[in-house]
Amino acid sequence: MTSDTRPLSLNVPEPGCRPGNTPDFSGFEIPRAGAVPRPPVDVDPDAIRDMAFSIVRVLNKDGEAVGDWAGALSTEELHEGLRHMLLLRTFDARMLNAQRQGKTSFYMQHLGEEAVSCAFSRALEPGDMNFPTYRQAGLLIASGYPMVTMMNQIYSNAEDPLHGRQLPIMYSSKEHGFFTISGNLGTQFVQSVGWAMASAISGDTRIAAGWIGDGSTAENDFHAAMVFASTYTAPVVLNIVNNQWAISTFQGIARGGVGTFAARGHGFGIASVRVDGNDYLAVHAVAKWACERARRGHGPTLIEHVTYRAGGHSTSDDPSAYRSRREAAAWPLGDPVERLKKHLIAIGEWSEERHAQAEAEVLDTVRTAQKEAEAIGTLSAGKVPSPRDMFEGVYETMPPHLIRQRQEAGF
Amino acid sequence: MIEAIREAHDAAMAADERVVVFGEDVGFFGGVFRCTAGLQEKYGKSRCFDAPINESGIVGTAIGMAAYGLKPVIEIQFADYVYPAYDQIVSEAARLRHRSNADFTCPLVIRMPTGGGIFGGQTHSQSPEALFTHVSGLKVVMPSNPRDAKGLLLASIADPDPVIFFEPKRLYNGPFDGHHDQPVESWKSHPLGEVPDGDDIVPLGKAAIRREGAEVTVLAYGTMVFVAEAAAEETGVDAEVIDLRSLMPLDLEAIVGSVQKTGRCVIVHEATRTSGFGAELMALVQEHCFYHLEAPVIRVTGWDTPYPHAQEWEYFPGPGRVGEALKKVMED
Repeated sequence: MTSDTRPLSLNVPEPGCRPGNTPDFSGFEIPRAGAVPRPPVDVDPDAIRDMAFSIVRVLNKDGEAVGDWAGALSTEELHEGLRHMLLLRTFDARMLNAQRQGKTSFYMQHLGEEAVSCAFSRALEPGDMNFPTYRQAGLLIASGYPMVTMMNQIYSNAEDPLHGRQLPIMYSSKEHGFFTISGNLGTQFVQSVGWAMASAISGDTRIAAGWIGDGSTAENDFHAAMVFASTYTAPVVLNIVNNQWAISTFQGIARGGVGTFAARGHGFGIASVRVDGNDYLAVHAVAKWACERARRGHGPTLIEHVTYRAGGHSTSDDPSAYRSRREAAAWPLGDPVERLKKHLIAIGEWSEERHAQAEAEVLDTVRTAQKEAEAIGTLSAGKVPSPRDMFEGVYETMPPHLIRQRQEAGF
Repeated sequence: MIEAIREAHDAAMAADERVVVFGEDVGFFGGVFRCTAGLQEKYGKSRCFDAPINESGIVGTAIGMAAYGLKPVIEIQFADYVYPAYDQIVSEAARLRHRSNADFTCPLVIRMPTGGGIFGGQTHSQSPEALFTHVSGLKVVMPSNPRDAKGLLLASIADPDPVIFFEPKRLYNGPFDGHHDQPVESWKSHPLGEVPDGDDIVPLGKAAIRREGAEVTVLAYGTMVFVAEAAAEETGVDAEVIDLRSLMPLDLEAIVGSVQKTGRCVIVHEATRTSGFGAELMALVQEHCFYHLEAPVIRVTGWDTPYPHAQEWEYFPGPGRVGEALKKVMED
């Protein structure tokens, strides 16, 4: 040891703001809308390395759609997008409340992140497959999955398509391109790559989309997914939803010393892009680009959706214990619903009155669905799945030991 | 046995283009034990290929492929290497059907060489079957000979649910009865070394009686089947040796029928003892055969230590130890 060698100390990163502090996002660099050019879909990932450090944005502060990535959606599609986000937000609010009323055990909302899954869904083709996390219900809502069925699943009632076996919100719908959700983090990311490899092996034209949160990028399966996607040029779009918080752990704990999550893709030679996750138009445009790239055989794309989890992690979480209550309001990328609304007003295709009317209609739709679901049952009342059901479907054919156990249980 | 496993792959790949094979070194080279030799050349690189050294990635991608509609048959190079994939196997492969109410299923075979007797030390000798029999939704299979290896592998590939397929690596090149100091025998001279052509299956969940006997039932699988047979011959105890072949589902009927007949039972496995599959077998024998038992059931197993290198034969439950147990269970 030389005389100038000092004892080492451990670096534990801290977020910029804790309860009681004033939120400060001044260090968070936000490029102006339209600043990032749209490369051709067959671009060499090496040629767009800067896109992993910038942010693709379409809507500017005045609500105008600007730059190369604008213009992909018709007015009708924008109206639809706004409606999907309103539906998801209202659905979330009603289900959160239902959980507090004891009608289900658990719920996870999307507040502030509605654009990510709602817009992405519209970039996929029928037959494509998402491998979602628990915060992409917009994929179902925007693809027309029946809301009553979602509620039946949340209530674990007799019409729950999963027969009460799964936690609330862990939906599954092959028909709607929505892989069965796991509660274990990151596992689905590498499965999406396998599904995409299977499509390529089979000479199919369908693609897969994997989803993971900022915190779970630290899981081994994230890295496995990246190396397999890279090696086999899998037709997959790999989405990181960076909502800044993994329960109480800020994104810096998973990100470590690298500048952005998207930059993780560089080591694998994967095209890596950051997008403004609160900008419906930007998410849709980048998703469309990445999906086309995958479908044409140019390989995987890693997309970091930069957004903010405005609510708690789940109904079991109280974020005021670890972050400032004012942080959500200070988040510089704003609110996705408000931004799309402002855009539609700016182009003369919307108004405050029409918005209020749309909100009322959406509330009515969600209430009607909720009444229908609750007429069947909730976790605490009404028709519930048979206990016999837990023994079914462990295997295609029930083996003798399970038959004996079911008899022993008396079902 | 290697050739039988290769033939099973070949037959399955020829019959069904959804069957794909991958794992570490399985493509061009044909696997470190040669179980997939020639498959890449015959069926092309997109149906038989090398994978990165990442077991959770191999299993995770295979689950995605199975959910797509393919039938992946993947190799984990040694059972000792499967642990990084445990989450994918337990939380995902085993659960897809149940949690999605069969919206998604996972017809997947995960093959892996298991067991010791090859001086592989603690990272090339383990028998982790109990880690998988404990998981609902998985099937667990372990053949003891080439004929069963082919038939059981074909049955596993045809199965609609995930199957963990253990291949006792000490049996790859011949029947091994634990007498490590004697010349290696080849499968050529053994009747079970004869493998029929075609794609006949050996059904999962059916045990085989390898040696009929009246005095004591020996429950064994994999390498221990031959060890038990040798112990019976060498001690003169008239043991009935049952080769379980499939641990999940388990042929309880065969076990109960035999133990009720003999009134005595010795359970043999190479894996460590505590919470090993032998504990489950012992519990089942107690539940179903208590009033027929003439003596306490005995387990002969690997010790509860890591699999040692230099002390391999002191660890391995060979015919000497099994013979002692047979004599003891007859005295009790």
